[in-house]
Amino acid sequence: MARIGVFTCWCGENVARHVDIEKVTETVAQMPGVRCSINYKYMCSDPGQAQIRDKIQSERLTGLVVASCSPHMHLKTFRKAAQTAGLNPYLVEMANIREHCSWVHHNREEATAKALDLIRMSVEKVKRDHELVPIRVPLTRRALVIGGGVAGIQAALDIADAGHEVALVEREPSIGGKMAGLSETFPTLDCSQCILTPRMVEVGQHPNIKLYTYSEVESVEGYVGNFKITIRQKARYVDMVKCTGCGDCWNSCPIKKNLSEFDCGMGFRKAIYIPFPQAVPARPVIDRLACTRLKRGTGCGLCEKKCQAKAINFADEDKLVVEQAGAVIVATGYKLYNIAKEQDNAQLSGYGEYGYGKYKDVIDALQFERLVSASGPTGGEIKRPSDGKIPQSVVFIKCVGSRDNAKGLAYCSKICCMYTAKHTMLYKHKTPGGEAHVFYMDIRAGGKAYDEFVRRAIEQDGAKYYRGRVSKITEENGKLIVRGADTLAGAPVTIEADMVVLAVAMRPADGVHALAQKLNVGYDEFGFLSESHPKLRPVETNAAGVFICGACHAPKDIPEAVAQASAAAGKTLVMFGREELTREPEIARINEQTCAACYTCVRGCPYTAIERAETLTPKGVHVKYTARVNEGLCMGCGTCVALCPSKSAELEGFTEQQIYSMVESLMT
Amino acid sequence: MNETNRFEPRIIAYVCNWCTYLGADLAGTNRLEYPANVRIIRFPCTGRIDFNLIVKAFEAGADAVLVSGCHPGDCHYTAGNYHARRRWMLFRQLLDTLGIDLNRIHFTWISAAEGRKWAQVVTGITEQTRQMGPYTAYREIARASA
Repeated sequence: MARIGVFTCWCGENVARHVDIEKVTETVAQMPGVRCSINYKYMCSDPGQAQIRDKIQSERLTGLVVASCSPHMHLKTFRKAAQTAGLNPYLVEMANIREHCSWVHHNREEATAKALDLIRMSVEKVKRDHELVPIRVPLTRRALVIGGGVAGIQAALDIADAGHEVALVEREPSIGGKMAGLSETFPTLDCSQCILTPRMVEVGQHPNIKLYTYSEVESVEGYVGNFKITIRQKARYVDMVKCTGCGDCWNSCPIKKNLSEFDCGMGFRKAIYIPFPQAVPARPVIDRLACTRLKRGTGCGLCEKKCQAKAINFADEDKLVVEQAGAVIVATGYKLYNIAKEQDNAQLSGYGEYGYGKYKDVIDALQFERLVSASGPTGGEIKRPSDGKIPQSVVFIKCVGSRDNAKGLAYCSKICCMYTAKHTMLYKHKTPGGEAHVFYMDIRAGGKAYDEFVRRAIEQDGAKYYRGRVSKITEENGKLIVRGADTLAGAPVTIEADMVVLAVAMRPADGVHALAQKLNVGYDEFGFLSESHPKLRPVETNAAGVFICGACHAPKDIPEAVAQASAAAGKTLVMFGREELTREPEIARINEQTCAACYTCVRGCPYTAIERAETLTPKGVHVKYTARVNEGLCMGCGTCVALCPSKSAELEGFTEQQIYSMVESLMT
Repeated sequence: MNETNRFEPRIIAYVCNWCTYLGADLAGTNRLEYPANVRIIRFPCTGRIDFNLIVKAFEAGADAVLVSGCHPGDCHYTAGNYHARRRWMLFRQLLDTLGIDLNRIHFTWISAAEGRKWAQVVTGITEQTRQMGPYTAYREIARASA
């Protein structure tokens, strides 16, 4: 027999002004199952909670209804009070007679009638509540970081420095990401490699970091606290342990004309190569599509002959390794919008009018970074790709792809205003007398010392800015004719340029969607990964235990990516600070007696929290297949409940019985 | 109930915990007055709402039913509201075939920031249902089939 206590709150005058508290208290006392009905000025205050605790014990209550404010305000408070008095906290319900009643209905009679209905529903509900215990989930205190750019490096080092093991997976042969290829960074013009490479070395030498380069995440199983990740280590054809990184192999390799990925196609590398001299690990890899020996199976083998460490292994194969982790941080970064070549997405269209890919001297911003970089293919001299001449006039075009609905990308890539200002400065510093022209839509330079930096480019270094778009670029007599508009002057502008640099849009890196699906992380229409809440949970995702940082989330600059990476590491460490994880027990359950194993729920669950399970006798004989909820994954949305054709799914706290009895209680 | 003795409909609202429930809370915080005819039943997500509950509400004497959740793309659970929408598209045809008055069933998206919209929606539905009168037709069907 239910013994329900109903506690009606005045909330000072807030409820009492429009709801007849005395009438409510008396009427509620007559409701079936109600053992006691009392009211008080402030139920949430200490004396109010004390009354609740006293009544729980003196009346041996089996359930509690607090009629006061929104459960979003004080459900936790009253659950705690119940628990202190020895009542299971999940046997507490609230009737929202303030926000949903007294504050919005000022007719006393109507408000009182509604308050009674709301309480009646809550009484019916609480009678059918079950005692629940928070779910305890064991926790592996190891993290997996996917992506070894500056964000991934930062996150991995923070967690490793806190004393936890980290596995860092990087797709390329070296960590470092896009930042390793940049020349100098805004707004300080300090050298990118000078600040990044020491961090890369730290990662390489850190006793708590296990580095998987030239590797990709193959599959992910498990859930928060207990992920099992299979990593594919691509065949490198070089024994990482034996190799000393001396360079005899790549110096002897005769296959020279392979476009260097690191140099964005502006330079060449061998078939066996390290992407750049400061690579971590400083171990080469053989490009299986370029190496004659690997293509034909015989011949060449010069590297093998030269290698004194006997580290070359042409029979190497991909390896699968399994890593356990409690948390996963995704830091897969970005790629640039491909402005002319075929688009990977039917909604995007290129910029044929800018002649990228047709005119050699029309390049993108990352290629320009390599041209300016001291470690780049030209040793830092700005020479144009077509004939190696030093360009005397360079046009920079911003918002190529970004903020352009016609091309399919509506968002602002955020960093282009800043790096274009930087590009003009670097160009002007290296090319006395050279002209830098910039076409822009707006200058967006929000950030510490950012606007000052742009002003410096314009006022001190003399970059010429035109507010307007470029309509077409053609080539005449070795010059690029750039036709655009200066909308502030209200006049068309034509510039004869030696080189054009396009600030193209940032897009999420290739393969991130497949990865997001493996991890159950959402992404937006442009493919950027979705955070759990844009303000309050910016690095969490809707998949518990999976965090995001850096440009995989949205276009962002280095300081922001680093800050976000430390935030993701911080969130991971908050989790690792506990002995085990506890989760809210208001989750779905499957009645395996009635489940017909149609698996509609398995297909509909947004968290892949429902598994196909097999019931066996103690002797191991098959009885039946059923669906089963994984307590570590279920978030309690209840989608399965509505989907289940045999009504075998239930959601604790919102059971079919509870809802039906609530509705029935309204019957007149 | 009041001096003019006008018909006061009973409206049951099935709402999600994260958007519409909070939107209704906000209407309260902003003291936006609206008719006292609606009774809210809170669910974690519109994805949880089994549409038999609509029929159940009419059975319990409701004159109109409102289902409201997060806007598309805003679901706290990623996709529950899409499930609800798809289910509604199918279910409404079935209800129509069964002879249930679709004008008495309302489906909206109301976010946690849309307290004003909540007050407007409830006011609108109440007004509309007042004009339609009590849903006696359903109660007759229910009685006949019982």
